[in-house]
Amino acid sequence: MTGDAPLSRPPMGTLAFWCWAAAFTGVVYLAGRWVTNDYVFFAGYIVLQYVLLATAWNILGGYAGYVNFGTAAFFAIGAYISTALNKWLGLPLPVLILAGAAVCGLIGLLMGGLTLKLQGVFFSIATLALAIVTQALITNWEYVGGAAGAYVIRPSRGPLGGSYVEYLFYTMLLLATLAVCIARTVERSAAGYGLAAIRDDEAAAEAAGVPTMKLKVATTVLSGALMGAAGAPLPFFVTYLDPPSAFNLAVAVNTIAMPLVGGTATWIGPVIGAVLLSIVQEAAMVTISSAVNLLLVGLIMIGFITLAPNGIMGLLRGRRR
Amino acid sequence: MASSLAIDGLEAGYGTVRVLNGLSLTVGAGETVALLGTNGNGKSTLMKCIMGLAVPMAGSIRAEIDGVTHELAGARTEDIVSLGIALVPEGRRLFPRLSVEENLTLGAYRPAARAGLRRGLEYCFEAFPRLAERRRQLAGSMSGGEQQMLALGRALMSEPRILLVDEPSVGLAPLLVKRTIEKIRELKESRNLTVLMAEQNFVQALSIADRGYVIVHGEIAFTGNSAAELNDNELIRKFYMGL
Repeated sequence: MTGDAPLSRPPMGTLAFWCWAAAFTGVVYLAGRWVTNDYVFFAGYIVLQYVLLATAWNILGGYAGYVNFGTAAFFAIGAYISTALNKWLGLPLPVLILAGAAVCGLIGLLMGGLTLKLQGVFFSIATLALAIVTQALITNWEYVGGAAGAYVIRPSRGPLGGSYVEYLFYTMLLLATLAVCIARTVERSAAGYGLAAIRDDEAAAEAAGVPTMKLKVATTVLSGALMGAAGAPLPFFVTYLDPPSAFNLAVAVNTIAMPLVGGTATWIGPVIGAVLLSIVQEAAMVTISSAVNLLLVGLIMIGFITLAPNGIMGLLRGRRR
Repeated sequence: MASSLAIDGLEAGYGTVRVLNGLSLTVGAGETVALLGTNGNGKSTLMKCIMGLAVPMAGSIRAEIDGVTHELAGARTEDIVSLGIALVPEGRRLFPRLSVEENLTLGAYRPAARAGLRRGLEYCFEAFPRLAERRRQLAGSMSGGEQQMLALGRALMSEPRILLVDEPSVGLAPLLVKRTIEKIRELKESRNLTVLMAEQNFVQALSIADRGYVIVHGEIAFTGNSAAELNDNELIRKFYMGL
């Protein structure tokens, strides 16, 4: 024992990490100003969106071991709240993102309160049901286009100068970085210890005095809010939003595959998984065909589950964890 | 400083199955009380009720800690742990994929215990030198005896006044059972604990118990006011010792 602070893990302090993350964001932003090809921002946006989604999923699925199959629901609700508010009041994007996050956090609270008494697989099935129910509701919500979908008019220029896609890219960069910082902070806090205990043996965690229900609900709220934030810029990115694209199977599958491939125990796992898998898919889409990408994800996932169940981070760390 | 436990008319069960039928017992300050009985008589359910992990249908569970009486029936587990009551669960129930040190740290999860985290870890590593050697090892990869020591250590990390031990002998070789029981006695004395221990191994349990209860079908079938009284009891000789 060297002077570790109570219930926190060295080596890098949380504050230092946030500073590094801010510096990283700043460097990418400055580098981005030199880029003139919009494709870079398109592809980069997708990668960052998956970093955000995978990180959000992992806070509940990786740290606490509660597998959420309902990512697409949170993501789509974020997108549709943003579409609806944009149509109704024409609010700026940051406000739409906050609104999407707030609504999804609230849905996380309701879903968590209702379903987290169910343990393990039962919770997962309930999240799947949420995705199906939400899709049915949104398909019948005429204000945002119903089954036919809705066009969203995207300004041609972003408020920072440069194209609007460039602006969306920076927005997503900020959100993804924020999510990673939050995930790491949670991981190294007392709550992170509590979640790890829940993952390992929930009954024992409860007996040891870990407030399991509170932690699980709070985590579901946080995870849901981040997923909602990930969905909110989507209508401006795709400019045409309909239920099949908002509830895309790729989103649900990728969000689970990425943390599994990277490793679920730490914040870096979902980041590595998301960057790797989304680049592989983007490359496959450009070079082979736009239909082959999910097949690739499936194959990679099978490979990792059988050969490296603890993901890339698990391979790097050897037997530990 | 006195910490004692008084359970009165406790009824509990799962669904329609009644496990405890008006069970009453007391554990006096500084006592080690053995709760004796074979499988399926309600020992673990009683432990769960005291910890708030199972909700009693009737009856009361009162803990007196430093002169203040608390009703535990209906209280939340985390608050019960904060009061100073800790459980060493049956089958140890460690966090297998966390390290020894992380397991201990989790024992001090309650805000009140966090302040004493360093002190608690030092105490545990001194009391159980094996744990210090294996600090970074995953709990799941240790032997049964080491795991039982870790389970004891984890419970002590919450700085309990009343320690509940559920079947410490399960799955351990006879020599390790003896060591574990002896360790519980040692810890009880050095930390001034009040101990309620559920056990099937009568001989070992009685070697450290001041008193004991025999639980049959969720009721106290016999109260032994000394280890000798329990040893000589017909019921025990008949059912548990095969004499």
